[in-house]
Order: sequence, then C-alpha cells, then structure tokens
Amino acid sequence: MGSLQLKSIRKAFGSHEVLKGIDLDVKDGEFVIFVGPSGCGKSTLLRTIAGLEDATSGSVQIDGVEVGHVAPAKRGIAMVFQSYALYPHLSVRDNMGLGLKQAGVPKTEIEEKVAKAAGMLSLDPYLARRPAELSGGQRQRVAIGRAIVREPKLFLFDEPLSNLDAALRVNTRLEIARLHRSLKATMIYVTHDQVEAMTLADKIVVLNAGRIEQVGSPMELYNRPANLFVAGFIGSPQMNLIDAAKLDDRDAKTIGIRPEHIGLSRETGDWQGKVIHVEHLGADTIIYIESETVGLLTVRLFGEHRYAADDTVYATPVIGSMHRFDAEGRVIRSGQ
Amino acid sequence: MSKARASYIRIGAVHAALIAYTLVALFPVFLTIANSFKSRNAIFREPLAIPTPETFSLIGYETVLKQGDFVGYFQNSIIVTVVSIALVLLFGAMAAFALSEYRFRGNTLMGLYLALGIMIPIRLGTVAILQGMVAADLVNTLTALILVYTAQGLPLAVFILSEFMRTVSDDLKNAGRIDGLSEYAIFLRLVLPLIRPAMATVAVFTMIPIWNDLWFPLILAPAEATKTVTLGSQIFIGQFVTNWNAVLSALSLAIFPVLVLYVIFSRQLIRGITAGAVK
Ligand SMILES: Nc1ncnc2c1ncn2[C@@H]1O[C@H](COP(=O)(O)OP(=O)(O)OP(=O)(O)O)[C@@H](O)[C@H]1O
Ligand SMILES: [Mg+2]
Repeated sequence: MGSLQLKSIRKAFGSHEVLKGIDLDVKDGEFVIFVGPSGCGKSTLLRTIAGLEDATSGSVQIDGVEVGHVAPAKRGIAMVFQSYALYPHLSVRDNMGLGLKQAGVPKTEIEEKVAKAAGMLSLDPYLARRPAELSGGQRQRVAIGRAIVREPKLFLFDEPLSNLDAALRVNTRLEIARLHRSLKATMIYVTHDQVEAMTLADKIVVLNAGRIEQVGSPMELYNRPANLFVAGFIGSPQMNLIDAAKLDDRDAKTIGIRPEHIGLSRETGDWQGKVIHVEHLGADTIIYIESETVGLLTVRLFGEHRYAADDTVYATPVIGSMHRFDAEGRVIRSGQ
Repeated sequence: MSKARASYIRIGAVHAALIAYTLVALFPVFLTIANSFKSRNAIFREPLAIPTPETFSLIGYETVLKQGDFVGYFQNSIIVTVVSIALVLLFGAMAAFALSEYRFRGNTLMGLYLALGIMIPIRLGTVAILQGMVAADLVNTLTALILVYTAQGLPLAVFILSEFMRTVSDDLKNAGRIDGLSEYAIFLRLVLPLIRPAMATVAVFTMIPIWNDLWFPLILAPAEATKTVTLGSQIFIGQFVTNWNAVLSALSLAIFPVLVLYVIFSRQLIRGITAGAVK
C-alpha cells in the first residue's frame, strides 16, 4: 500500500497554467523528491496530490483508487508544511492527536500512538507545551510527529527543513531518512536543497515551468542528465556548458563538463587559461579559469591546492565525461 | 550622559503630549460626572467646580430614577447593543471568511458591494426602512433596532475581518483540512481564535454608535416599553426648560455599561496581541 499514479495533471489559476501535464508513477515505499526552480509548481503539485487544490484536468490515484473527489482527510495522506502550521492554541499532544480525534479513534489508542511518535522524535518532555513555547527544530519535529501519528499511506513534505539552521537541518534530515527506513512508508518531498535531494531520494523528479524534465535516481541524474536544464540544475557547482563550435564538434550545440571532471596542470594540457578566482573550501578547491579556447571554466579539485589568481594553467577534461546536447537542449547519446 | 538627558526630554515630551490629550479627552466626561452630583444653582454658578458639601446634591439621580422606567431603558439599550454586536460579529466573520478563503466568480465585486455601506450612511434609507418595518409589523420592537444596527455594523466588520483573515496562514487551514476538520471547524476553531483582536476592534467600533444612537430609536421604537437610554434622557431636554441635573445624571449612568463592555473587549484585544507576538 502507498503507491501513487499521476496522469496528465494540469492545473491553471485563471488563465495562468501552472502544471502543464504531469505524469508520474511512485511505487510503494519509495522516497521521491521534487526539485526545481522557485515558482515551477512543486507546491501546487503537492497540494493537488493532497486534495487541497483541485486539478483542472487529469487524475490522481492512490493505491490504484481514483481520489479526485475524496476529501484530503480521507486520502490516507499526511502533510508537513514549511511553516510548521501547528495549531497555536493546542498543546503538542493535542496537535499530534487532532487528526485521530476527528477520525473517531478511541482516546486510549490516540494516547498510545502519540506517545509512540513522541518517543521516536524525542518529544516526550514537551507534550504539554504550546507550540509558542518550543524552538524551531522542536516545532518541526512536532509537525513531523503529527504526520506520523496518522499512519498515512503517503507522506507529503513541502520544504520541511528550509526554516532550520544548517546544523539542525542535517540532524533532521538524518531523522527523516531513519523514519523512512523504519516506517517503510511512501514519501514525497519538495526541496530546494540539492544535498537533501541527493542524499534522501530513491528517485528525483526535476520540474521546470510546470513540466517534468527528468525522473531518475540521484546518480542517474548526475551521470546521465537527459537535457541541458537537468544538467545545469543538478550538481554544485554547476556543470560547465561550452559552445560546441569552440571545440569543433559539428553534431552538437553545447558540450557539458562537470567541474570535478577537469584536471589541472601548470605545464601542459588541452586548454590554456588564466586563473581569475580561487575558493578554498578545505575538502575542495574551486578554481575559476578564463580560457581563450572555451571561455569561463569552473574546476573543482579535491583537497587543498596552491593556485592563485593570475596563474597560467592548463585544463584537461577527463576522457568520456563530456555530455553533448543538441540544438533543442536534448542529450546526444549515440557515439559515446 | 547628555544622550540620557536628551532621551529624558524626549520621553518627557511624549508623556506631556499624551497627558494633555488624555485631559482633553476626559474633560467632558469629568464635567458631566462632577456636575451630575451638584445642585442646579451650583451647576450654573460654578460649572467647573467639583462638588463640595454645600453644593452636593443627588436631585438629578432622584429625578431620573423616579421619572419613567429608567431601569427598563437600560435593559433595552443593553439588549439592543449586545445582540447587535453578536450578530454583526457572527455574520461579519462568516462573510469575511467566505470572501477571504474561497475563490469564486464575483468574489471581488461581492467584497466591494459588502463594503459599500461604509461610505453610504444607512440613515439615507430611513424612510424605506420605516416603511419596511411598518409592513413587517416591527415598529416599536427591539427587533427593529437590532436589525437596523446589524445592517449598519456589517460593512465595516466584513471589511476589517476579511483583511485580517487573509493574514491567517493557508498552511494552518490546510493542515486542519488534512486532519479532517470541516470548513465550519476551521472557521470556528482555527481562524476565529487567531483574529480575536480584530473581533474586539470591530466590537468596539460597532458598539459606540449603537449605544449613542438617537435617530432610529426615535423613529422606529419610541414607545415607552422599547425606549433606549439615549432616547429616555431626551425627556429632560425641553424646548424651553432643560432639567440639567437629570440630563447629566442620566448621561453619567449611561457611561458605565459602555465602559464595562469596553473593558471586556479591550482585555481580549491585549490578550490577542500578546498571543500573536510570541508565535
Ligand atoms: N492560489 C494561487 N493563485 C494564483 N496563482 C498561484 C496560486 N498558487 C500558486 N500560484 C502560482 O503558481 C506558480 C507555482 O507556485 P508553487 O507555489 O507551486 O511554486 P513552487 O515550485 O512551490 O515554488 P517555491 O519553490 O518558491 O515554493 C507560481 O507562479 C505562483 O505564482
Ligand atoms: Mg513551494
């Protein structure tokens, strides 16, 4: 239980079309992440799955059952919002138990489930408090607890960690990964954060302007991007995109090389250039090079390196690591 | 050091301004109450003096309580005011929720139409209202007043409350929907508690004109049994002679119920504000 099928979902607000035909299959127990630029329709899609927004056309099926006319509370889903959305006038215990209470679950059973979820999320000391008396991280855990208690077939997360600071974000991310393993539930998760997407997902869905650009495992998207958009969106720093004409490649329009797939040397190499800026990150060194042949290049070297601005260097791409794209931005796979 | 002194001066100036304003605002109230405890001659000889043992007199209050059914008038005023406020808040909040929460055709037009009453005084329609009340056989009933005051208070209530409801987080309402709350429960249990300060504001703004109104009680319900305090006090104001003792006493008495209601609402106001601050 817990599969989801979307069939050509469209959604328009007035004349403004936000979702332009989304088809997606999510298998039971999968952790699926939606990524995409701001305003591309991620939240709208999530709300459509939850039933908080009616699709203009298309069908949503949960476990093979059409849920177009089923109320959000009856869809067997739970949602965690970016703004926590806890009920300000209820205690943590009542916040977590409200859904079950509305569903008519007996009191003792609610107590039990709330206690269990609170245990999982180390919320026991706070059960009697109001949301206003909790820290941001604790509030987010309550919001997650409220979702767990309902034992949904499908968890929906809308950027649940974006209001937390960096350290807390890592902790909560691990907690969500652990939850996914222990609950074995299907999860759909929206995020802006690449690291979150790459580390949590079984499957990443890249959205752009209301359309799906590519669906695949994190490594598939990284190693075999289907088009220019995905190539540029996945991976940080961004992939170098070079005009194919500069490399005398007549079949392709654009050539992409990831910064980590370029070697650097002071003596010899394919492309001569001048260092314009260096970022020392400890584990990595990011070097920006202006080259006469290929223009601006970003290179990522592992470990510490002593390059400085104005040094003359030679960059060489790792063989077989180039991505070639045609005039429409689609990847060219033949020949490689 | 000099900075501290400068801020003392600034704080002093602010306080002086506020105290001056308070004095100006309270002066008529003070004058009314002080003079209501004086004999008729003292009121005219020294209107600004506070009552002394020689000038002290309860004659005004005695007249008021003997003349007519003043307790009854109070009751009428309180019933009309409280019921009208309750209806204005209930219907105003319901309309505001629909306007702010749901997308439907004509939403904006409907909002404008409902707010129109803020700019057009209801008294323009007095003749039609009177005809309507006569036809409905409601003349000389408190119901007539309550209906008119509810209509009069609604536009501002809808306007203020819908603005406030737009600020209530969508996520919160959506979380309620996922937890299985009905739209009624979302309205009553999530949204209303969060806009309590706005409700208190609307209540205060609605209450004062209703309590002080002379026009509609005079036209729609002038009978002895349905007189309000404001109308009841008018019997002491004659064309040639005015019984100032009685007028001032009646006015002093009329201040207290409003004061009580105001204190109740303003407590809500303050509690609402502090609850929002820590969110
Ligand atoms: N209720 C609404 N009425 C009209 N337009 C809306 C509404 N909700 C969203 N939109 C529009 O739909 C588009 C997609 O919004 P959505 O919130 O789904 O984006 P998103 O991908 O979640 O962005 P972000 O990453 O910034 O959260 C936006 O252009 C937005 O302006
Ligand atoms: Mg969003």
